[in-house]
Amino acid sequence: MGQFTPTPHDPDARGHFGPWGGRFVPEALIAAVDELAAEYDKARIDPEFVNEFKRLLRDFAGRPSLLTEAPKFAEHAGTRVWLKREDLNHTGSHKINNVLGQALLTKRMGKKRVIAETGAGQHGVATATACALLGLDCVVYMGEVDTERQALNVARMRLLGAEVIPVKSGSRTLKDAINEALRDWVTNVDETHYLLGTAAGPHPFPLLVRDFHRVIGIEAREQILEKAGRLPDAVVACVGGGSNAIGIFHGFIDDADVRLVGVEPGGSGLDSGSHGATLTAGTPGSLHGAMSYVMQDEDGQITEAHSISAGLDYPGVGPEHSHLKDIGRAEYFPVTDAEAMEAFALLSRTEGIIPAIESSHALAGALKLGPSLGPDGLLVVNLSGRGDKDMDTAVKYFGLADGGQA
Amino acid sequence: MSTLSDVFAAAKAESRAALIGYLPAGFPTVAGSKDHLRSMVESGCDLVEVGLPFSDPVMDGPTIQAAAEQARSAGFRVRDLFDVVASVTAAGGRAVVMTYWNPVLRYGVDAFARDLAAAGGLGIITPDLVPDEAEDWMAASEAHGLDRTFLVAPSSTEDRIEMTARASSGFLYATAVMGVTGARDVVSSAAPALVARVREHTTLPIGVGLGVRSGAQAAEIAGFADGVIVGSAFVSAVAEGDAAVRALAADLAQGVRSGVAATV
Repeated sequence: MGQFTPTPHDPDARGHFGPWGGRFVPEALIAAVDELAAEYDKARIDPEFVNEFKRLLRDFAGRPSLLTEAPKFAEHAGTRVWLKREDLNHTGSHKINNVLGQALLTKRMGKKRVIAETGAGQHGVATATACALLGLDCVVYMGEVDTERQALNVARMRLLGAEVIPVKSGSRTLKDAINEALRDWVTNVDETHYLLGTAAGPHPFPLLVRDFHRVIGIEAREQILEKAGRLPDAVVACVGGGSNAIGIFHGFIDDADVRLVGVEPGGSGLDSGSHGATLTAGTPGSLHGAMSYVMQDEDGQITEAHSISAGLDYPGVGPEHSHLKDIGRAEYFPVTDAEAMEAFALLSRTEGIIPAIESSHALAGALKLGPSLGPDGLLVVNLSGRGDKDMDTAVKYFGLADGGQA
Repeated sequence: MSTLSDVFAAAKAESRAALIGYLPAGFPTVAGSKDHLRSMVESGCDLVEVGLPFSDPVMDGPTIQAAAEQARSAGFRVRDLFDVVASVTAAGGRAVVMTYWNPVLRYGVDAFARDLAAAGGLGIITPDLVPDEAEDWMAASEAHGLDRTFLVAPSSTEDRIEMTARASSGFLYATAVMGVTGARDVVSSAAPALVARVREHTTLPIGVGLGVRSGAQAAEIAGFADGVIVGSAFVSAVAEGDAAVRALAADLAQGVRSGVAATV
């Protein structure tokens, strides 16, 4: 099955996954999302587009990414663990898959300007990279809080020629960056493509972002069959908006015996109220253009998410995850900041791989899940990004500058 | 009982456009918003749009964003909205609600319609709900006798204008510019063209909003539209006090009466 082959899991023509998804956007944007959907429908069956995308993934992003066994980390999980190494992609995370796809679509639509939101900066850096490569103007909206947490990524984006605009409204994090990007888009939609970074937003974004990331799951399935001789018992990925998770899940979605496990940011713990576990603790609502689970109060005001990981700090989630949760095909649970940081240190020390704090949530999930599978069990963990960008956080968290030891 | 069509018919009988003023409920406080809305009614607003302050107002510029934040930090709750609408009704005014859709979903679409109708509200303007996703709202508005104002934009295709007009009642909201709310110096050149396109599809009254702040601009829009919608300028006037709110409403009311023939 090819990366762009339609599946029985595609949304309906109006973008609904069961009751989720759709288009809750101003009328002014409908023409743009219609244009995007029509362009994607043509592109996904156009060999020229598909081949150009594959060429960029191979020759620019460095795909296929490796599948690495992590035996010493696995001793702590009590089961066998393989890592899908999205951290080894150019720009250091899975995000490059989606931005290359959408940047190619932007060119097909004849648009010259790209806007994007970013939380941790991974998507912003990836977008700035794709725009530099393909000669597109790039503006990245980033919550002011996040520009401070991720100053190095701000510098990277600027070096790549992008304009980074700190967003000072609301909670000054990812959700507000998305609000500001939507405001820009509605104002400049004629010449601008909004390169959304996760599998959320109005149709067709959840569909096309998923499809650009399906390569993760397709590769992982082939690799684990070749290396381990069988399918895994579970595939584990972190879920903020949910793009890396939906990408790897789709490689295994028709393998009924493979559990699909999404790990959410539990922050200081669900009881503290300070977390971002939208699927575990949220309720149905519309945010940023789609129906999905959201974190909201009893008045329908969106509440702020909290996570040590800027990339998971989001009070919404992609609509397909809401659907997979409801139909029971995927399961979701949270891990705390502390559990994620413990896994961050553990993988670094045992395997010589410094993971992103986002991905460390998936690793912490694997540590929880492993014992129930036993030594013959097999997990594939999506290592969605590398941790270089998180060193400031790690230095503070572990006191590394003062001789501390993680 | 007044209906939205009566509001526009009465203005048309005077050969003028209707003046529609927006203010968020709870801004700067719940009591304050009631006072200012009463002043807007008394000073010439034929209809007021009562906004529901929302955490993520993607269609709003900085002025209304800040007002919504202020209302929420002053303790605004959704139940206060109905109270504010009832106060407009009691003051002899006519009110519709303008709200992002999530608070309505959370309240329950039918319950929201029921409580709004009970407060004397005439309908809802839905900036981020298009007719394609409005099945529940169609049913609830029918059940409780409320009007549905959907938006059309310069980017809307003819098919979408046709579909949106058919789903609407009371009046249609034409966004004059591609962009978010906020006062602007110049009336968009896209507005007359959009209104002319919309009239090919419907006899519903058409209100034009986004960027209007002066009597002169109101007069210009009254020359081709049935309603002139003013939001951010009222929000800004609140900061200068109630006299400024009254003066703005009076200036705009003068403007809609000096439009170049409101009959197109």
